[in-house]
Amino acid sequence: MSRVQGHGGEMDRVETYRGTTVQMNLSEKVRFEVAVSNGFVDKTVQALCEGGRTGEVGDGKIFVVPLEQAVRIRTGDSDEGAVTPVGK
Amino acid sequence: MNPAIDTGDTAWMLMATALVLLMTPALGLFYAGLVRSKNTLNTFMMCIAAIAVATVTWAAVGYSLAFDGGGDLVGGLGNAFLSGVDFAPREGTAIPELVFFAFQATFCIITVALIAGAVVERMRFGAFLLFSALWSVLVYAVLAHWAFGGGWLIEGGTLDFAGGVPVEMASGFSALAAALVVGARKDYGRQALLPHNAMYVLLGAGLLWFGWFGFNGGSGFSTGEGSVLAFTNTLLCPATTLVVWFVLDVIRGRKVTAIGAATAIIVGCVLITPAGGYISPGWAMLLGALGAIPSWAIIAWRTRTRVDETLDVLAAHGTAGLLGILFIGFFAQESWNGVSDGLLYGNAEQLWDQVLAVLAAPTYAFVATFVLLKLIGAVMPLRATDREEAMGMDIALHGEEAYVTGEGAILLLPDDGEKIGVPVADPG
Repeated sequence: MSRVQGHGGEMDRVETYRGTTVQMNLSEKVRFEVAVSNGFVDKTVQALCEGGRTGEVGDGKIFVVPLEQAVRIRTGDSDEGAVTPVGK
Repeated sequence: MNPAIDTGDTAWMLMATALVLLMTPALGLFYAGLVRSKNTLNTFMMCIAAIAVATVTWAAVGYSLAFDGGGDLVGGLGNAFLSGVDFAPREGTAIPELVFFAFQATFCIITVALIAGAVVERMRFGAFLLFSALWSVLVYAVLAHWAFGGGWLIEGGTLDFAGGVPVEMASGFSALAAALVVGARKDYGRQALLPHNAMYVLLGAGLLWFGWFGFNGGSGFSTGEGSVLAFTNTLLCPATTLVVWFVLDVIRGRKVTAIGAATAIIVGCVLITPAGGYISPGWAMLLGALGAIPSWAIIAWRTRTRVDETLDVLAAHGTAGLLGILFIGFFAQESWNGVSDGLLYGNAEQLWDQVLAVLAAPTYAFVATFVLLKLIGAVMPLRATDREEAMGMDIALHGEEAYVTGEGAILLLPDDGEKIGVPVADPG
């Protein structure tokens, strides 16, 4: 999860500081990245939609992209094993 | 200069007035640090608004209603619009009435600003301005008359050195009423709403303590013994509150917290406000220690309720002010104050006079504020919309941000009006 600045379909904000009027083109946004195995893709998308929807402009978009390879550094697990939670 | 004027007293009271005025921006810092960053400016602006509005209403009618004449419930209008307020000494003091007026004005200002703590992060700025104007006259001036200006409490023998009645209990119980009428923030109890800058909170508390030496030390209107006693008690009492607060914090969470310490400073200063010039330094230290406990407990308890009295004005000011007033009834000592003894020194009557004040002042403040806000709410919305609340009051109500980065900001020149609201690129 990371804080980013961006611009979508929302209205621009106009602010005034001691007579200097400016148009703020960037708004605070949150970028959420999650890597899951194939079986979880639909569930993840569904969960994000349910949790993030307010019905107003600015709720955001979800892009699903394929990942070529995944490796868990600690164990050397790759692909499916790397994104599957393991017990401590 | 009028020969009845004491230059030493006047010099100190000029200084004390400036010290008390500083307390309002200090409160702004304290409050602003306690809210989320998107509401920083709005929170501070409520305190600035109190200076603007309450000064004007005080000069217009507030001062007169509080300090003109000895009516039981309210003063006259003889000093309305500063009529007759000049270089002649204020009755009972050796300072010009102009200085007395200004000193009392700063009390009215900070009391109005204190109530903002109950409604920050959601009350509309315009509604708060109207509320400030009406409250400063209908509640503050009336209670100031009762306790200071010749009203029924002071005439009946109630002792209140620096404002346990009109400042502390009035703001605390009005804050509770305001929180109930305006309602909780929409995220209250659902999300963690955390202080955004603990350093502002500490700095604000420190400056408030500094200003409080003028607040209590100036409430004898002289450089006499009462002022000296109150001044020193303002050091002693908050110190013991701090120590006890540390202990309470350790017992609950095993750590001494900084925001807890800032709160303890306020609570300690409030505790000694009514009692400053009436109790010995030793009893002041006991008052600070004992008085920490209820305020600490109420803050711990309040956050688990549905009442979003956001910055705990009731716990810090209402409760502590009430305790300070009651404490006088037990521990006042004529050998220190030259006025009256408390129960412990054989004068049970004094305790009754104090009990009367803690029954009457909170009741009046709560009911009057409740009704006043209901009436204002009938004329205009008290709250910002949910959308504005989510966006933050700074951008929504003031068009400014406290921590502006400037990234993505485009300068608008006077003839750029039509550029506002640049259309989104059209794909087809």
